[in-house]
Order: sequence, then C-alpha cells, then structure tokens
Amino acid sequence: MTDTPAPRHIPDRLDKPLSSAIFSWEALLVVVAIAIFAINSFASPYFLDPWSLSDLTFNFTEKALIAFAMALLIISGEIDLSVAAIIALASTMMGMAVQAGAGTPVLVAIGILVGLGCGAFNGLLVTRLGLPSIVVTIGTMSLFRGIAFIILGDQAYKGYPASFAFFGQGYVWWVVSFELVLFAVAAIIYWFVLHRTSFGRRVFAIGNNSIAAQFSGVRVDRIKFILFCLTGLMSGIASVLITSRLGSTRPSIAQGYELEAITMVVLGGVSILGGAGSILGVVLAAFIMGLVTFGLGLLNVPGIVMSIFIGLLLIIVIALPILWRRLRGGR
Amino acid sequence: MKAFLKYREIWLLAAIAVLIGLISTRFPGFADPANLRQVFNDTSILMILALGQMVVILTRSIDLSMASNLCFTGMVVAMLNAALPAIPIPLLIVVALLVGLVLGAINGFLVWRLNIPSIVVTLGTLTIYRGATFVISGGAWVNADQMSPDFIGFQRAAFLGIPVLSWIALLVIALFFLLMTRTALGRSIYAIGVNPTASVYAGIDVGRTKFVVFCISGMIGGLAGYLWISRYVIASVEVANGYELNIIAACVIGGISIAGGIGSVGGAVLGALFLGIISNALPVINISPFWQMAISGSAIILAVVLNARGERRQGRIILKKAETA
Amino acid sequence: MDTTAQHSTVRERPQASTPRLTLSGISKSFPGVRALHDVSLSLYPGQVTALIGENGAGKSTLVKIMTGIYQPDAGAISIDGQAVTLPSAHAAFGHGITAIHQETVLFDDLSVAENIFLGHAPRTRFKTIDWRTMRKNAKEVLDTMGAGHIDADARLKDLGIANKHLVAVARAMSIDARIVIMDEPTAALSMKEIEELFLLIEFLKSEGKAILFISHKFDEIYRIADRYTVFRDGEMVGEGMIKDAGQSQIVRMMVGRSVDHIFPQRQAAIGATVLTVSGLSHPTEFDDIGFELHRGEILGFYGLVGAGRSEVMQAISGITRTAKGTITLEGKPIAPKSAADSIEAGIVYVPEERGKQGVVIGLPIFQNVSLPSLTRTSKSGILRLAEEFALARAFTERLDLRASSLSQDVGTLSGGNQQKIVIAKWLATAPKVIILDEPTKGIDIGSKAAVHGFMAELVAQGLSVIMVSSELPEILGMSDRVVVMREGRIASVYDNKELDAETLVRTAAGIAA
Repeated sequence: MTDTPAPRHIPDRLDKPLSSAIFSWEALLVVVAIAIFAINSFASPYFLDPWSLSDLTFNFTEKALIAFAMALLIISGEIDLSVAAIIALASTMMGMAVQAGAGTPVLVAIGILVGLGCGAFNGLLVTRLGLPSIVVTIGTMSLFRGIAFIILGDQAYKGYPASFAFFGQGYVWWVVSFELVLFAVAAIIYWFVLHRTSFGRRVFAIGNNSIAAQFSGVRVDRIKFILFCLTGLMSGIASVLITSRLGSTRPSIAQGYELEAITMVVLGGVSILGGAGSILGVVLAAFIMGLVTFGLGLLNVPGIVMSIFIGLLLIIVIALPILWRRLRGGR
Repeated sequence: MKAFLKYREIWLLAAIAVLIGLISTRFPGFADPANLRQVFNDTSILMILALGQMVVILTRSIDLSMASNLCFTGMVVAMLNAALPAIPIPLLIVVALLVGLVLGAINGFLVWRLNIPSIVVTLGTLTIYRGATFVISGGAWVNADQMSPDFIGFQRAAFLGIPVLSWIALLVIALFFLLMTRTALGRSIYAIGVNPTASVYAGIDVGRTKFVVFCISGMIGGLAGYLWISRYVIASVEVANGYELNIIAACVIGGISIAGGIGSVGGAVLGALFLGIISNALPVINISPFWQMAISGSAIILAVVLNARGERRQGRIILKKAETA
Repeated sequence: MDTTAQHSTVRERPQASTPRLTLSGISKSFPGVRALHDVSLSLYPGQVTALIGENGAGKSTLVKIMTGIYQPDAGAISIDGQAVTLPSAHAAFGHGITAIHQETVLFDDLSVAENIFLGHAPRTRFKTIDWRTMRKNAKEVLDTMGAGHIDADARLKDLGIANKHLVAVARAMSIDARIVIMDEPTAALSMKEIEELFLLIEFLKSEGKAILFISHKFDEIYRIADRYTVFRDGEMVGEGMIKDAGQSQIVRMMVGRSVDHIFPQRQAAIGATVLTVSGLSHPTEFDDIGFELHRGEILGFYGLVGAGRSEVMQAISGITRTAKGTITLEGKPIAPKSAADSIEAGIVYVPEERGKQGVVIGLPIFQNVSLPSLTRTSKSGILRLAEEFALARAFTERLDLRASSLSQDVGTLSGGNQQKIVIAKWLATAPKVIILDEPTKGIDIGSKAAVHGFMAELVAQGLSVIMVSSELPEILGMSDRVVVMREGRIASVYDNKELDAETLVRTAAGIAA
C-alpha cells in the first residue's frame, strides 16, 4: 500500500448471475430443440433410428452452410437475398460443364468459383457504389436466376458423373454423411472466425457502428466485400451439394432457400439490425428447423404446412423474450 | 426546367417512352393505344400491389408477406364463390378487403406492439399465410369451372371501353394520390420515413402509423387476391409464389428509397408499368420469356445505381472560390 | 383556486408574476437510475429561463416529460394555473408546448412549409390538406419573424443550419406555442448564427412566449436569460433571477462545490518538428494548408464552426482521400488512404461526434478501447483477451473512468465517461501525433478537467497534440500555439504568449483590428 490513492480499480467483468446464462438465447433454443426432439420421438416410432436421424440432417446442412456466412453478413449490417439464385446459376454452369464433358474436380471448382464470383459482384456493387445491399441483392437475385433461365429455359441438365454423387449422397462413416461432416467443419471454422479472431471482432464493430469502426481504423469496405465473397462461396459449395444430391439441374433449383437461410440466422439469435449474434445460435437453429421439418415429415405433414411451423417458430421465439421482459419489467 | 428535371418520375417516364419506342421498331403495333391499354390492364394488379408496398417502405419498413396474403385471400374468396355462387361480387370484394386487412393487421400488430423488425415479422407471416392457404384448401385447387361467371366476368366487363380491372387500378391510384398528398396520414408516413425521432416530437404516433400502413398493405394484398384469382381463374397454394420480390422491384425501379421517406405514387405506378411493358413486349418481339427475369434484375440494379447517383451529396462547400465556380 | 384573485394579478403585472407553466414535485425513475427527484420549475411569459446542470443532472429527462415523451412517476404540471397531464407528445403539442432541438427535430426531405405545419396543416372542406393556404400561412409566419428570405417551397435539406433554426421557430409560432423549449440550440452554430438566434429569442420574448433555454455556455446564459434554475443529480438545487446571481455562485450550485476551472499549469518543453503539412488542398473544403507540429506541443486550431478545421484533420488522418499536398511525419512523407493507414503511421484522429464517430455502442468498454489496436492485441489474427483487458485497464484508469466493469456496454456510460473511452481508444494505439477534435464538447466540468489534465500529461511525455476547439477559454488555456482558420484557409498563426481572446475572435471572423 502506498500513500497516494490508488486509481479506482475497474474489474474485467462482473460475476454474472446464473440466471443470465439460463435465460440466454442459446439456452432457450436448446430447450426448444429438446422439446421438439422429445415430441418427435413420442410421435413417431421411426424417429429414433440412427438412419432416420441421419436423414434428418440433410434437411438443414446445405442451408446451414449458407446461414453461417449469412450470419456474419447480417451481423455486419448487410444482407444477401441472392444466395438461392447463386445456387441456381452455379448449378447451371456445372450442368453446362457436364455437357462439355467435364469431370468431377472441374465441376466442383466451377460450382465454387461461380459462387465466389457472384458474391464478389454483390460485394462490389455494395461497397464500391455504396448501394443498399437489400436492393442490390433483390436485383442480382433476379439477374443470377434469370441467367439460369435464359440458359436452361424449361430444360434440365442431367448426366452428372457417378463420382460427383458423393458430395450430396455419400457417407464418410456409418450414418455420418459427407454433408454433415462439412457442416460440422464449417460450424467450427465460422465459430472461430467470428468469436476468436480480430476479423470477427471487426465484423461486430461494423454492425454496431460502421462510422466509428471506420474512424477506428477498421477497413469497413474491405471486410464487407470479403463477407459478400464468403456468402457467395458458401452458396457455391451448397450448389455443389444440392446438385450432387438431386443429380440434375433445373433453373428453379433451391427456390426460396434465401428466406429459409435468413430465418435460420434470425432464429439463431442474430439481430437483423446487425451487431449481435453467435454461431452456436445458428447451429442450434439449424437443428431446430431440421427437427421440425423432419418430424412433421414422419407424421406425413406436407411440406407447405411445415413452413407454417417454421414461420410461427420464428415469430414466437423472437416475441417470447420481448413479452417476458415486458411482463417482468411490467406496468 | 431544371427543377422539372429533378423529378425522377420524369426520367422514368422518358425511359418508358424510349422503351416503347425501341419495342415499336421491332413490333410496330406495340405503341397503338389499344395495345397500351392492354398493357395497362395487364399491369393493373402489380401497380396496385406496388402502391400498397410503397406506403410500407416509406415508413422504413417492408412487407414480404403481400404475395402470400394475396394467395390466401384469393383462395378464401374462390372457395366462398365455389360454395355460395349467389354472393354478389361487390360483397366478395369487401370480404377480400377485410380478410386482407386482418392479415395486414397481424403484421402491423407485431411490428407496433412487440417492436419486432418488419422484415422478420413478414418473413414469418410469408410462410404462415401461404401454409394457411394449404390448410384451408386441403391442397386442392379451385378451377375455372367451379367459379361463377360473374366472379370471372366482373373485372373483364368494359365500362366506357375500358375493363373494370383498369378502372379499379385507376381508382386505387387516385385514392393513394389523395392519401399521400392531401391527408395528414400521408404526410405522417413521409415524416416517419424522413426522421422518426423528430416525428415523435411532432406529435406523430410512429408505432400506430406503422400499424396503419400494414393494414393498408394488407387490404391491398386482399384486393389483389380477388383480382388475381379472377384474372388467372385458378386458385392454388402456388399462386403468386415469389411475387413479393416483383412488388418490391417495381417500387425500387419507381425510385422509392428502401431507406424510407422518399418516393411517390407516380414512381410506384411507373415502376410497375416498366416491368409490365417488358413482360408484354418480350413475346411480341420474339425474345424468349425466359429473358424476363434477368432483364428485370438488371433494371433493378440500374435503377438503384441511378437513384444513388442522384442522391449523392457533395462535400460541404467552405471555400469561397468553390462556391462561385 | 380563486379565479377573481387570479384575474386581478394578471391585470396588475401581466408579464412576470403568473407562471405560464409550473412543474412541481416531479420525480422520474428508470430501472436502477433515479433521473429526477422532486424537482420544480416555473416558466414565465415573456421571459427566458435558463436550465443549468451538468450532464446527467436530469435536464433532458425533464424536457421529455414536458414534451409528453416520458410520464412522471409523481408530481403535477399546470399551465396558466390549470392542472394538466401530458400523456403523449400530441397532448403536449395541444397545450402549446414545443421543443427546438439541436439538429434532429426537422424533416430534411420535406418542404419548409410542411415542416412548419406538420401535424396541424390547414384543411379544406373535405378534411384534406390545403396546400395553398399552408404555403400562404408559412410565408406569413416567416415574414413576421423577418425571415421572408426563406422559400416556403424549398426542401429543408437545402437550407443552412441557421435557416433551419428559423424554420423550427416558425413552427413554434405557427402552432401558437406558448412554451418554447430550446435544448442546446447553439451547439452547432457559428458565432454569427448564434447572434441571429438571440435576435429570434428576443422576438419570441416580445411575443410573450415562455422560453426554457438549455445551454452549457455561461456567456450565452448571461446574455439571454432572465431567470435560472439549477439541477444537480436529478434535484433542483437553486433558482432565481440571473441578474442577482454570480457565475461562480451558479457553478457552485451545479457541482455542489466550488470549482474554479483552472487549466493545468505546465512547462512547455517544445522539441523537434514531428509533423509537417504543406500545400494541403481540397476542391471545395480547404486550400493551401501548411503548418508544423513539434514534439511535446499542443497546437490549437481555432475558427468559427464550418471554417474547415475538422475537414483538414480528417484529410491528414486519411479519412477523406481527395486532398492534395504533402504530409511529412518525422521526416518521412506519408499518404494515408484510410484511418487504418494513419493509425499505423502514428497519427490518430479523435473525432468530434462522440456517439456517431467515437464509441461503438453495443460493444463493451474493453472492446471499444482495443478496436484501433486490434492488430497489436491479437496474434496472427487471433484475439488475446488478456492483452485487451490489460490495455483497456491501463488507459481507462489513467483517465479516471467511472464504470462498474470493463465488460459493461459503453452505451450505459454518461457522456463524459464515453468521451474518456473515446480518448483512451485512440491513445492506446501509442501514436506520435494525436488530433483531438472538440475534446470537451458537451461534457460536464468534472470530466472536462480530467481531459485537460490528461492532455497536459500526454505532452509532458513527449506526445504532440493538435486540439481543434471552438471554446476560447480552452484554446487560450491549453495551447502553445494557435492556428486560426477562416473559410477553409489558415488566417494566422499565433504564439499563445502574445494572444488574447479578442485577437482570436477578430481573426476568425475576418474583422480588421
């Protein structure tokens, strides 16, 4: 102890009460997931079979791959509505390559590169010309899928090589599919990038206040451009998986995927206004959406009715914490 | 003259004139008044929908559920008509407006009372309303032969040589024009988009006004539901699937700023007409209709680039010489 | 209440004795914070009452209660002796209460006439808006105020800030406002514009309006106010006629102790040239800017608001790119293309607008502090939280930050403490040159002293400081040399020893001695 008064000490963090962990978004999602899982296993005797659980994962892996990149993009305050159209365009290009006699490695490269190129195109329009991403990507959504329609019309590409089928239909070990492995790897990589690197921190800073971030030496445009490229890249990868799983390409492929991917992101607790969210939440949301659609599928509920549950889930899960706070903070 | 050119509606009108001119070089009959009347009639539903979307976008919100609303309400009136053909058409239209109003009010309530961003709310109701269509119809279609002749014929009847559908569109355009320029609600809608904080201080209830605009877009969705079903004479779950983005595209091309506060009735109407002309022109000039999507996508991107050019502000002018130069 | 007695008082002294608006016993709490406790305030017709208090004293909460945005937990409001409630902004509006805010109160994309009449536009027979009458009435209102030069059809965004104020006042006139609240109306104005605003306030007084004037600047308060009310920590601690109160007396009430704001004494040890700027030009903002900055020096930049000082600083720090000219740092020419470049080179710019450009609200304190230093606190792109906490601790403790933990969201801090974060985050990059743009704008006296003390400490350690400020006492109290800018050019450079306030003001305004 010295005579001079020590500067006021500020602790790194306060001990958080346990309740804050219990009432976190992720905890809420875990509860919802367990509840749906339990309901499913009661409702259908086939549900707990390892193979049906494995089938279940195909319901969300492709969309979740896009959702990871989309989560980063939405956290930074932007959005990409063109992801499903990118899938269609990339798939069409792969189909063209097949007609020209390309082999599997070339097909994969084309799918991924077309995705990356489309993402870069979105990124350039948003960052170089300073346009709002929601409008830009509504435009490129029509443009990308429109090109697919121009090329294919009402035709379809088929005849993908047998080895190409592995990506969307193959299993790495027992019931573990290639798609599931890819999902797990992507989840870990995106979790690490968002929560453990300076890049991820800058993404959060941009989403909360892009001007202050820019003044603080964050290269805002460059990071946003990279995020659009990543989203395009993931769409390209998803395109490879879907095309491989279906074994054919039509211009209407993956219609509506963009809204499902965004629903997954928002359900996962990412703020649609930017600045907040976690990859864990998106992973949980992916499982929940997969469980709902698969469980209802086992009960022979048509797909369109399942979408009601997804929509309700989205609104209820977001409304609940607001209502809860209002009831407690009350009056 | 310079002030005149500042209005983007003028530029859009010029673009449409050029477009019609270009099409006429390939297909001389396109610019005939009779054909243009036909194009207008074909675009009527999109124009009406774009106006409903416009009031929402002006308040810095978005309604992604309009096409699903259209689908649901269309199914409701089609089933009503199939079951009880005696119900007169004007009453069915009132039903369509009311059903649409309820769906819009649900959106509006969630945005107003629970403060959930409109893009999230309507992303949810987009799937719910379409799913609900399946539930009420059991997945079945309502076909032309189940609809009464009045149901199908009403909008096709000509009044003063112009179909009722076009008259309805003209009436809606007039009503929106009055709403936006002559009523306190219309001006509040602009004020909220321009500056929500200041609007509160000016005594405008921002939340309630947003509720009202969603009610408006809901009613428009409902009205369009009847018009769509009676025009294409089939009601199914697939009706207008993905059409919400065409509606937004018409608004964007019409110069309505997605950031709110900027846009006009004329812009929305012209934006819809622009898309309508393209879709009408492609078949007659022998371009595959599969080009439509890519062309409207390019038009959206071009429109937003041009609009952003117009909006871009110069840096502040401090130097005297720069001011005089 | 006896109405006859009230009438007789009105007849005797219509101006001063009956308050137009009385707030009494007002209390308001938010979760965890007591914003107002049993405060009272009276506004009189034809008089200006100054509301004085440090940041966080409860002034803005009171304004929000008066304009119907917040509801008080307890207390009564009366207008002309009649008890009223103000359940909404609309109700307050109906009672003739209007607030003129800093900049955010008007609608840029609407016309002048509409800004004046939004919410109470004249109607036709059919209840629709009567644009012709609205335009005519707008012209009349502007004419009576001597603001006939403003075109009622112009878009508001095409007007200068002073004219926007005129429109705001016109709006107050048009709703026949009887109570006008001016919340820091001079914050963004130049001296000439402030003079015009004061003429307007005189006009409003002559029209019998009761005016509440909120400002941090004592010279303005003494210039324009008739009465004063002082708040401290959510309580009313004094009121009276301004002519009976001395400045030090009011300051004592504000801070609860006697504070003579003394600028830190320091021995300037000016060293070698660190930064040389020459021929820096921009097409519209500034021209031929050249100066030198030395080691251990505080170089003040004075000028009227809009003289181009911030623009020059943002060009030097790479935020705007369209500048021509050369910048030399420690003998090496640099050409920063972004803030990232200039931070790397060793020049940091601490921006003027704290909320917009300074702090990232939504992120915790330690992440705000480490943001510009992330390349240093992380290793090959991977975050090291311990390093971040250490960095944040070192700088926030030196600035005497008041916070419960470093993981607290900066949005929960007061303005003064946010400003400390803003300074800490750029300082943590270990710069050679730090540019502070209005470092004490809008913060309370206690935080001001902390910032000034810290600046003195910095230069004593050999850092070089550029301080852009519009506050004369600060410029005179802190700078070693002062650059005066006028209309985008350097008007003069002074050594502080030979300097007085009058010279500075004359140079800045371009008035010959």
